[in-house]
Amino acid sequence: MKVKRVPAGAAAFLARRLARLLVAVLVVVTISFAMVHLTPGDPIRTALGPTAPEELVAARRAALGLDQPLLTQYAAYIRGLLTGDLGHSFVNGQSVAEVVATRLPGTVQLAALSLGLVLLLAVPTGLLVAVLTRDGRRRGLELGYTAVTSFFHAIPEYLLAVGLVFLFAVTWPVFPVAGITGPSSYVLPVLSLAIVPLAVLTRIARAESLRALGADYVRTARGKRLSPRLIYFRHVLPNTLTAVLTLGGTMVTGLIVSSVLVEKVFNWPGLGSVIVQSIELQDYGLVQGITLVYAVVVLVANLIVDVLLGLLDRRTTLREEAA
Amino acid sequence: MSNRSRRAALTGPLGVASLILVAAFVVLAVVAPPLWGERADLVDPGAMNQGPGPGHPLGTDNLGRDILARALVATRLSLAMALVATLAGAVAGTALGVLPTAFGPRVRRWFAAVIDVWLAFPVLLLAMFVAIMLGTGTTASVIALALTMVPSFARLAQTLSASVGGSEYLAAAKVLGIPRHRQLLRYVLPNIAEPLILNTTISVGGGLLALSSLSFLGIGVKAPDYDWGRMLGEGLSAIYTTPTAALAPAVMIVLAGVAFSMLGETLAKAVRGDAGSTAPRRAVRERPAPLAAEERDDDVLLDVAGLRVTFPGGVTPVREVTFRVRPGEIVGIVGESGSGKSVTALAVAGLLPASAAVHADRLTFDGHDLRGRTEAELRGLLGTRLGFVPQDPMTSLNPALRVGRQLAEVVEHHSGTPRASAWRLAVERLAGVRIADPERRAAQFPHEYSGGMRQRALIAMAQMERPKLIIADEPTTALDVTVQRHVLRLIAEASREHGTAAIVVSHDIALLAGLCTRLLVMYSGRIVEEIDVAALPRAAHPYTRALLGALPDLDTDRSLPLTTIPGRPPTPAEFGAGCAFAPRCGLAAPECEDDDPPLLTLDGGRRLACPRAHKETVHGNA
Repeated sequence: MKVKRVPAGAAAFLARRLARLLVAVLVVVTISFAMVHLTPGDPIRTALGPTAPEELVAARRAALGLDQPLLTQYAAYIRGLLTGDLGHSFVNGQSVAEVVATRLPGTVQLAALSLGLVLLLAVPTGLLVAVLTRDGRRRGLELGYTAVTSFFHAIPEYLLAVGLVFLFAVTWPVFPVAGITGPSSYVLPVLSLAIVPLAVLTRIARAESLRALGADYVRTARGKRLSPRLIYFRHVLPNTLTAVLTLGGTMVTGLIVSSVLVEKVFNWPGLGSVIVQSIELQDYGLVQGITLVYAVVVLVANLIVDVLLGLLDRRTTLREEAA
Repeated sequence: MSNRSRRAALTGPLGVASLILVAAFVVLAVVAPPLWGERADLVDPGAMNQGPGPGHPLGTDNLGRDILARALVATRLSLAMALVATLAGAVAGTALGVLPTAFGPRVRRWFAAVIDVWLAFPVLLLAMFVAIMLGTGTTASVIALALTMVPSFARLAQTLSASVGGSEYLAAAKVLGIPRHRQLLRYVLPNIAEPLILNTTISVGGGLLALSSLSFLGIGVKAPDYDWGRMLGEGLSAIYTTPTAALAPAVMIVLAGVAFSMLGETLAKAVRGDAGSTAPRRAVRERPAPLAAEERDDDVLLDVAGLRVTFPGGVTPVREVTFRVRPGEIVGIVGESGSGKSVTALAVAGLLPASAAVHADRLTFDGHDLRGRTEAELRGLLGTRLGFVPQDPMTSLNPALRVGRQLAEVVEHHSGTPRASAWRLAVERLAGVRIADPERRAAQFPHEYSGGMRQRALIAMAQMERPKLIIADEPTTALDVTVQRHVLRLIAEASREHGTAAIVVSHDIALLAGLCTRLLVMYSGRIVEEIDVAALPRAAHPYTRALLGALPDLDTDRSLPLTTIPGRPPTPAEFGAGCAFAPRCGLAAPECEDDDPPLLTLDGGRRLACPRAHKETVHGNA
């Protein structure tokens, strides 16, 4: 606990996490390489279709270096990745890096806006409902709140998206149904992605707030005759944040993955629609590159969340790591 | 975990609804394909993309096939895929989780690391990898889902079997030389089966949703087969013309997912045995008539009469408690746990939970009637005049705030002191309770303090405004014996130097005797004796005498066992008509069982609630 030791502990913590990330990335890279090269059958033939002339298939194979020995290919693959070359489409030879560069921003926008909305609303809603329903008050509100959050908790994002499209684009055409045509295009996709995690997180926030409201230190604060505003915002709120953010952090991965489905529903120009298309077309070059990007995004997102939580709650994390 | 609460969980509205839904889906899965299979596959080019009508209750899809029939027939494939994938994942995961138990710690650590990485990997991404390696289709997506379920089952089985692994009976089995596979099958698996089966049931619902999403993306079930996910994916493009094509499978997916998850939760609840909890209701606040002016007494700081606290369910832990505290005086309340001493202190401080009903004939503090006040009124009345020291220093400081901040906010809030001077005052008060290096300590968080330091900080906190009265609820119970004296000395100092009165609650009569001027002895929610500390050797009530007799001193013969009070105090629910102490009392006579003896005032402000001891005292004095 000496002031000096904290930065050293933080550095070691960071180093350990970075090492873990590197190992995980290496595993993912190897799997994504193996995915294409160990697949039974000829991926180029599959991609170009049974009617493609043999010369074309051979030429494409040579162009992509798939006729080389496996280890040479693996080395070339890794060398390419280090220089930002994510490979090429098996169907039309397009650079994967280019596809990612044009499509990734759409996905990131969607995920970031949803995450922001979730984090912004979850804690205040949970705290408000906890305060209103503490000590068994307002049983009706508590019941309604539990029912609504359980309902949304049970519905997967893409079904929610279909429901929202049906209600707000087909029945009452308030919002556009597909693509990006303006700010209003963001409403339904962001809501589809945000509502489910929001329902889960706000329940956690309420449970945590109720726990804090019953804690001894809140009684101490009441014993000091502080105003409710001070008690709720200064004494209760900070003690709910660690749990809420930890869970919110684990949801980042889910959010990125769900974006694939939601993008399909809204025909959103992001990475998700590309990967779905290329799986259908069996364009393994594109699939390989994009899954790799997704995997690395997920891993890095997890790392960032871990580090942020570590900084937020130094006591527990560093002590755990040291043990 | 009674049988009744188990049954209550299953027969509750949610339990019944989930059972009915799951049963309905299972029946559908069996009967739908033979009944409507033909109709579902019937292509009718003359009736494409029709809305709901007489021939087709939910309309037709883009090939003119009946949507309702297809949604019903798809039940079989959707459910079967989810069940097979979940079972496969559960079996493989359990094997992976349990196996390491039979090996050394090194193998266990390796397995745990692999499961960790696996768990961190999102379901859909893993499914995509599998779909690419095995090609898309029904089998591939089932394998993919099973693979994503393996790590969570492995983790669960690992955690559970680790507890079994450390058990006596497995150690015995190892010593007896029972082979490893028999150890697993006979000792480990049966003991972890229940939670695993529960998790499987819950996972079926999640698996159904995941498989539907794969089919929806076009990497699951392939034509001509169809499940709800594929129907949804195809119906989505026609959502403007025939929304039912997308909505019907969507509703089926949600219903089935919810039914299975709910059944799992209900089963889990039944096993845990917690069917429906009853939260306490808030007690009604009564606002009594104001006291007449002449009833006030300037020499009395706190005047409590007829205090009665009722908890939900009619339990009254405090009954007819009457006492006064004069300015600058330290009054101790002593009694066993359950005697109502802490509840009395909290009731006076207005800090009981909202579900407790507090009634008093008189509750006057510093000339103000505290009865029937709202929280806001109490804040104004007590904020600067009453300090409260809580029971457990380990949990009573806010872990998220610096200690200095928690002290400073008192004067900031009540006196509007600016931040900087409030902080200086906090440092000063910390120095006042002899915390070394108070500037540095004020900037620290509670977890950097020892237990004794935290309690001292809490006492400093109660003194921020130099209140007229400090109420300390068992301030020393959680502390070492050596620290207890230091902490109590601080309260005595406050009283001596600033004229602060105090009510100190404790079960330790010797500790209070060294600190207080007067003692209130409580038993079963009532005051049984009030006595000046100086007169303590002549205490009359059998209970007070028993408390004193239980104290060892230098003259105690150590070869004999320590004196104890036989029996145990009644719980508030067991309070009867007679004297609550009678069953444990050496002086008890038959009449003690009939009437609760009144608290009679003797000379010198002394009070006693025992007629038999009273007679003895009178005779002794005569």
